[in-house]
Amino acid sequence: MPDLHTTYLGLSLRSPIVASAGPFTGDLDRLTELDLAGVGAVVLPSIFEEQIEHETAEIDRLFTVHDDSFNEATSFFPEIDDYGSAIDSYLELIENAKVAIDVPVIASLNGANIGGWVKYARLLEGAGADALELNLYTVAADPAVDGASLEGEHLELVALVAEEVDVPVAVKISPYYSSLANFVVAVQRAGADGVVMFNRFYSPDLDLETLDVEPRIALSTPEEVRLPLRWIGILREHLSMSIAASSGVHSGFDAAKVILAGADVAMATSSLLREGASHVATIEAQLVDWMTEHEYDSVEQMRGAVSSRGAADPAAYERANYIGNIATYTSRVMRGTVPLSRTRTR
Amino acid sequence: MSSTTACIDGNEAAAKVAYALSEVVAIYPITPASPMGELSDAWSAAGVANLWGSVPEVVELQSEAGAAGTLHGALQTGALATTFTASQGLLLMLPNMFKIAGELTPTVIHVAARALATHALSIFGDHSDVMAARTTGFSMLCASSVQEAHDFAAVSHAVSLRTRVPFLHFFDGFRTSHEINRIDLLGDDDLRRLVDEGDIEAHKARRLRPTAPVVRGTAQNPDVFFQAREAANPFHAAVPAAVEQVFAELAELTGRRYGLVDYEGAPDAERVIVMMGSGAGAVGETVAKLVADGEKVGLATIRLFRPFPTDALLAALPDTVRHIAVLDRTKEPGAAGEPLFQDVVTALAESDRPKVRVIGGRYGLGSKEFTPAMAKAVFDEAGRDDPKRRFTVGIVDDVGGLSLDVDDGFHVERSGRSAVFYALGSDGTVGANKASVKIIGDEPDLFAQGYFVYDSKKSGSMTVSHLRFGPEPIRSTYLVQEADLVACHQFGLLDRFDVLADIRHGGTFLLNAPYTADELWEHLPRKIQRRIVERELRVVTIDATRIARELKMPGRINTIMQPCFFALSEVMELDRAVGAIKESIEKAYGRRGRLVVERNEAAVDRALTELAEVTVPATVGDETPIDETLDVLDSVREAATDDFVEKVTMRMIAGEGDLLPVSAMPIDGSFPTGTTRFEKRKLALSIPVWEPDLCIDCGKCAVVCPHATIRMKAYEPAALDGAPDGFLTKNFRSRELDGHQLTIQVAPDDCTGCGICVDVCPAKDKTQVSRKAINMAPADEHREVERERWDFFTEIPEIDRASITHGSVKNSQLLQPLFEFSGACSGCGETPYLKLLTQLFGDRLVVANATGCSSIYGGNLPTTPWATDTNGLGPAWSNSLFEDNAEFGFGMRLGIEHHQREARRLLADLRDGVGAELTDALLADPAPTEAAVIEQRARVGVLRERLADLVEDADPVVAESARRLASIADELVRTSTWIVGGDGWAYDIGFGGVDHVLGSGRNVNLLVLDTEVYSNTGGQASKATPLGAVAKFAMAGKPTGKKDLGAIARRYGNVYVAQVAIGGSDIQTVKALAEADAWDGPSLVIAYSTCIAHGIDMETSMSHMKEAVKSGYWPLYRYQPTVEEHEQPFHLDSAAPSIPLREFALKEARYSMLARSDPERSAMLLDLAQEEIDERWRYYEQLAGVERTLREPHAVDLDMIDGEPESEDDDA
Repeated sequence: MPDLHTTYLGLSLRSPIVASAGPFTGDLDRLTELDLAGVGAVVLPSIFEEQIEHETAEIDRLFTVHDDSFNEATSFFPEIDDYGSAIDSYLELIENAKVAIDVPVIASLNGANIGGWVKYARLLEGAGADALELNLYTVAADPAVDGASLEGEHLELVALVAEEVDVPVAVKISPYYSSLANFVVAVQRAGADGVVMFNRFYSPDLDLETLDVEPRIALSTPEEVRLPLRWIGILREHLSMSIAASSGVHSGFDAAKVILAGADVAMATSSLLREGASHVATIEAQLVDWMTEHEYDSVEQMRGAVSSRGAADPAAYERANYIGNIATYTSRVMRGTVPLSRTRTR
Repeated sequence: MSSTTACIDGNEAAAKVAYALSEVVAIYPITPASPMGELSDAWSAAGVANLWGSVPEVVELQSEAGAAGTLHGALQTGALATTFTASQGLLLMLPNMFKIAGELTPTVIHVAARALATHALSIFGDHSDVMAARTTGFSMLCASSVQEAHDFAAVSHAVSLRTRVPFLHFFDGFRTSHEINRIDLLGDDDLRRLVDEGDIEAHKARRLRPTAPVVRGTAQNPDVFFQAREAANPFHAAVPAAVEQVFAELAELTGRRYGLVDYEGAPDAERVIVMMGSGAGAVGETVAKLVADGEKVGLATIRLFRPFPTDALLAALPDTVRHIAVLDRTKEPGAAGEPLFQDVVTALAESDRPKVRVIGGRYGLGSKEFTPAMAKAVFDEAGRDDPKRRFTVGIVDDVGGLSLDVDDGFHVERSGRSAVFYALGSDGTVGANKASVKIIGDEPDLFAQGYFVYDSKKSGSMTVSHLRFGPEPIRSTYLVQEADLVACHQFGLLDRFDVLADIRHGGTFLLNAPYTADELWEHLPRKIQRRIVERELRVVTIDATRIARELKMPGRINTIMQPCFFALSEVMELDRAVGAIKESIEKAYGRRGRLVVERNEAAVDRALTELAEVTVPATVGDETPIDETLDVLDSVREAATDDFVEKVTMRMIAGEGDLLPVSAMPIDGSFPTGTTRFEKRKLALSIPVWEPDLCIDCGKCAVVCPHATIRMKAYEPAALDGAPDGFLTKNFRSRELDGHQLTIQVAPDDCTGCGICVDVCPAKDKTQVSRKAINMAPADEHREVERERWDFFTEIPEIDRASITHGSVKNSQLLQPLFEFSGACSGCGETPYLKLLTQLFGDRLVVANATGCSSIYGGNLPTTPWATDTNGLGPAWSNSLFEDNAEFGFGMRLGIEHHQREARRLLADLRDGVGAELTDALLADPAPTEAAVIEQRARVGVLRERLADLVEDADPVVAESARRLASIADELVRTSTWIVGGDGWAYDIGFGGVDHVLGSGRNVNLLVLDTEVYSNTGGQASKATPLGAVAKFAMAGKPTGKKDLGAIARRYGNVYVAQVAIGGSDIQTVKALAEADAWDGPSLVIAYSTCIAHGIDMETSMSHMKEAVKSGYWPLYRYQPTVEEHEQPFHLDSAAPSIPLREFALKEARYSMLARSDPERSAMLLDLAQEEIDERWRYYEQLAGVERTLREPHAVDLDMIDGEPESEDDDA
């Protein structure tokens, strides 16, 4: 049996398969199931400062809008002691998870402003999180803000939070920085202990009946693993901090790929949502099978074996590959393996 | 001696004791006593124990009658039980009160005394309710202050247990129940000392139990009933001494001394007022001043009213007394005098006192202000040689000449200071002022009092807070008269109210204004400028609205204005005040989240840095005369064609109703309809603006508008002659009205800005979907032009009702609404149904309206929304009570039907004179259609002309018949009788009547505006409250399901039943109302009505209704009984549930609150609710296939009732 141990953010994990932040990890029963299935660590769902503030303000508004404005009724709701505010529930989840499971519990945070990031990071640490994942989930929609200043802000908050808390800090990023490699290295310099690649944006959809823009959550597909795969492969040799692969890890084979590219852990979300917590065991079994078959003794041994430093053709990570892809694809069409109609545009 | 103090209101003061001394608390909401029940419920839910360590069971009943029955039963089994009520609620308890007293059962009913409904409902304070209970055998103890409400609650419980005689403990509604004052609290040890354990054991030993069985409640015959009734006399006789004894024990514990009758004033007084209740505060202050001025006056305050303490009264009155004025806060028409007066006269007559002259007067009915100046007037009258033996004070009675003249210049000086705050309900001012009173009152050497006045509307209501504070206890039981500080928290109120009318010379004026201190002066109305200069006021300003916006608390200016008050009032050291404000913020908002606390604390800090002094010029400068009329009245003055509106309504709108004399008032409570159109309240910050190019003429914006401020008119193009430039119009797409134009117009000054119209508008700009056919736009930018358009729009003739069918939403909205601009909440979910009702049948509508939200926004003065059409026809509306509305409407129907039969009989008799053709046409069975109604109305017009001749007929029999027929000829036209009310009425308090009337077979229509809670009294659970929803009295989520009222009605077989939701399907609603009206038998329409108590954004009301339907939570159906064979009367109008309940429910705070506070229970209840929905849907689907045939005749045959042979007579 190969050794699955790995080190992530300085934490020793029994397995490189980590349950990524998502609805699945917000439930204590699921966390216990994940633990039983052999997960290496869990990342709790991201808590969004904006969401906390919005909810708090809405609860307050519920009571204040109509209170004390009419003779016969000075209120319209019974005031209760515990509104289970998002942050309180989250802190409670951390505390309960720490009691219920043995593997490290990583809390994930998305702040709205510097003060909020720091404040909530402290709270999460105080509740017992083993590490923090800073989720730099932001849609750069303001044309007046250039890439450099946006990156500058992100690096500033990473530095502040890393300075402020004692537990290790990972930074979860999107792939949409103009110079991703440069930015990730700067994240490390700012004091981060790890990087998580990548955040998946929940892109909105249009309802063709109502013509409303609606948020819609789409689960990842195994093909998506190729994006983190590339960047982990490229960046591994430039980073001393931990790397987590997130997006498209659906099987032990996907996990093997990202570890070979240089990841310390492979994070799964969509496949767990789809298959349940026991899928962790499946992934691990597949990973072990692959390792056994390919005579790898440990995850340690695999890590980065096919990074840009270790790969036989490191340039392949950086090659755009357009020509090859299209050529291959059209030839498949010609062969009839892809139906023609799918290539037609309307 | 107890050292704990608290600043609480009278309700809480009484409830604290009642709860601590009870094991079972049976409650039912009624203003102004509801808070006592709510507090008890909250304490019980939080596990607060009573004096003996157990948590009292707090149960809500279906009515006060139910609460009293439960109280009676709990007492019979030895429980310590109590209840709280007022007004009509107390009346419903009377039968049980006689029983409880007759059985010598110790209990206390705590009453926030309130006026009984007579010529009108009044939620305000007087003693007419408790006086109606004075023959029950209950002892009656009256508290006249918040402290006394606390102390006397304890005394009542203790003495009741001691003597076995039940107590009615009462204090004045609002003035005491809602006044916040600093009081010393009784500790548990105090209560233990007052309440004797032995008495409790004795009570429990008397309990009904199989181990020591007795029979109680026998039926007695003439042989023994009388004696048995007298057997309890010694117990009642023992009460006064027992009260005195417990008063003495209380004094020993607390130092607070009370007598059965307390006297204050000159020891050698010649003139004395005898009274009870909060008015004693005003009289006491007056007495102190007059005595200091050397006058020989005094006040005797009655504490124990039943049994009447004759000896104590005689002992309290100085021997020198020659003139007594007894003040009663009630009216007993036809009596020799009011109750207290009669008791005092009797006491004196039976005494051996030398002759004392006693006069009796009424004051303070329905919370009419009672001031020291009025008390002075009473003393003056009492001392006159020839006084009015019966008088009133506080009003001008120019009809009976009963009222006393009052010198408004008479004031008593107080050692403390006072402040008045003008604000809007939604801005948090009242809450902040309540907190300020507590902050001040918590200081060891300061006292504080707060009293709050609200206007009569539910939307955009103004609040006025009256605060007093200072080093002495405060017993002023009237509004602040000479304020040291006036704060106006809303700049817009300066135009509408004379906010500086009651500020003292040299006082301080604090104003929230959207200007800098330098800019402010020129923006102040001239009247305000003049007051400031004349009274040499200090003016201080702050732009709190901007600060609140910047702190992301738009509109919430309370914590910005609060520190400004402390900075200016200098009541306590500012740093200390700021610290206390922040503590109170933590206390008030802490549980809602850190963020709310932080923002409010930031507001406090910002306030103190931005408060700025305004430099006041020495003179106003511009000396041109100022129009003293308030701006708010301009539109009324212009529009008022009616003398009554000008003389009465307009003054009430201006807040001058107190000045109206008796002669100005209708004698029987009848008021003109359609007066809301005179009150232009300009509430909306944004108003809808129509885009004709996008409009698809669907009428959805108009049908959902809760305030009838979106109107739709179709008209001939010629009607546009003289239209103002830019008046919006488009071609109307209609086969019936070919060539017509259409305009959709907003009434900009009546719109509340809820935005529902925009939310429902389905027409979007193809190239920019955010632009709809109707869009909200800033009112400031559009009001002027829309006002001009509205004025022209109102001149366009209304559609000929016969020219269109009424079955579509679009056409229904072309009909004139006769329910408009009500005072309902912005976005109200009830009013669209009422408006639609008036569009469909308004010109022949009679409404019986249950007490509740709909009777308040429908009938609360100064203005009322039920209106008339251009022919003067419109709904006739009346409210009887809460509990009897079905029976009330049923009675109306019987009267109408009797007149119909009588008219038809007389018409048949007059056939020769009237003419055979007309008579036959009039007597023919009219179809229940609009056209038939219009034709019949025209026939009645002709009939009236012919009757005018016939009344002169030589044959006296013919003439007499013609006269009689002329008086009721209207009834030959179909009348639509609707019995309207909320779920509290239909499901709970009035259910027995609802059931009975549905079972009567008569042609009445019931419309239940189902908000699923008691909305008007603040969201208490009813039996319409659904499983899992949080409401008051169901704080942990209602554990039982909603009653299926429709199913109960359907069981009768001959009842038309529809369940509708206008936002779910507007066309189904239109159809159901029309079918209900046409059904010749009982109809029940249950209308889902969104409410602020659902915890939703009211702008999205209709979306919530849509989801309620989509989830199967509120299935739409119509049950149309039929005499046809093989018909399926149950029509399921909504599709099978397509979204889970959770998707609908958790968007509403009533559900999501529980999901937050107790996720497991919420999940469990929502699962149960989902199962219920699934099961009901399965049942309804099967029901839709069930064939049922109604036997004929399905409605009660009127002829059978009368035994008349006329077979074709089934009009109605």
